[in-house]
Amino acid sequence: MIAINNYLILSAILFAIGTIGVLTRRNAIVIFMCVEMMLNAVNLTFIAFSRYLGNIDGQIFVFFVMTVAAAEAAVGLALMIAFYKNRESIDVEDINLLKL
Amino acid sequence: MESIFFIVVAAVAVISSILVVTCKNPINSALSLVMTFFCLATFYVMLDAPFMAATQVIVYAGAIMVLIIFVIMLLNVKAESNKRGTHAVLAGTVIGIFVLFQTCWFLIKGSMTGLPGVMDKASIVKEGHVEMIGKALFTDFLLPFEITSILLLAAIVGAVILAKKKI
Repeated sequence: MIAINNYLILSAILFAIGTIGVLTRRNAIVIFMCVEMMLNAVNLTFIAFSRYLGNIDGQIFVFFVMTVAAAEAAVGLALMIAFYKNRESIDVEDINLLKL
Repeated sequence: MESIFFIVVAAVAVISSILVVTCKNPINSALSLVMTFFCLATFYVMLDAPFMAATQVIVYAGAIMVLIIFVIMLLNVKAESNKRGTHAVLAGTVIGIFVLFQTCWFLIKGSMTGLPGVMDKASIVKEGHVEMIGKALFTDFLLPFEITSILLLAAIVGAVILAKKKI
């Protein structure tokens, strides 16, 4: 039986690596993939707690997180395609129309 | 034995996630992310949640990642050529390490409290994992379930409108 701390530390490491990816990369699709990785780290925390506290509510929440992530993927990627049609680039440094 | 398996799968997951962040070619990042999702599905099975493992593989690795790879190929995204300024990379890494340190601090200092419920491995095997999730989803969590269907409808309509040539 593996203690819950191992799962939580692994989830924290994945979340931190996702944060580094979001703050460091320039490609909008890679940033989106790192956001998905952060969501998955949180899913792992939820399921670990659900197992160790004997409650099913954590897994129901993971169900809804997965659903929201799927909806967000559809809309976010459509947004990137629309932006690419306008600017021929998905570099986040090029999203600067509102810049002073 | 189980801890050796856990450490091996955890190492593969962490290495894949580092590859997601550092690969120049976005297709390599996407494939590393698929590997991370499969490792996480293995963890869900180890945590007695086989339905969640199947849903993870189907939804994340099967639908979302395929969609991302389609978009990468559709937009013909090349590998990142010019590097971001090193001070931005350094600042991002420092903030990420700070987030990790803060989370581990609260993990070590805090105590795991919570009212333990009735679910354990024996009851999962006896009743069935899918039945347990179905019972909770359609009785206690019926309202979020119905609202999620409207959310998916909004996402579908939004995605179609955003990608149209002429509204």
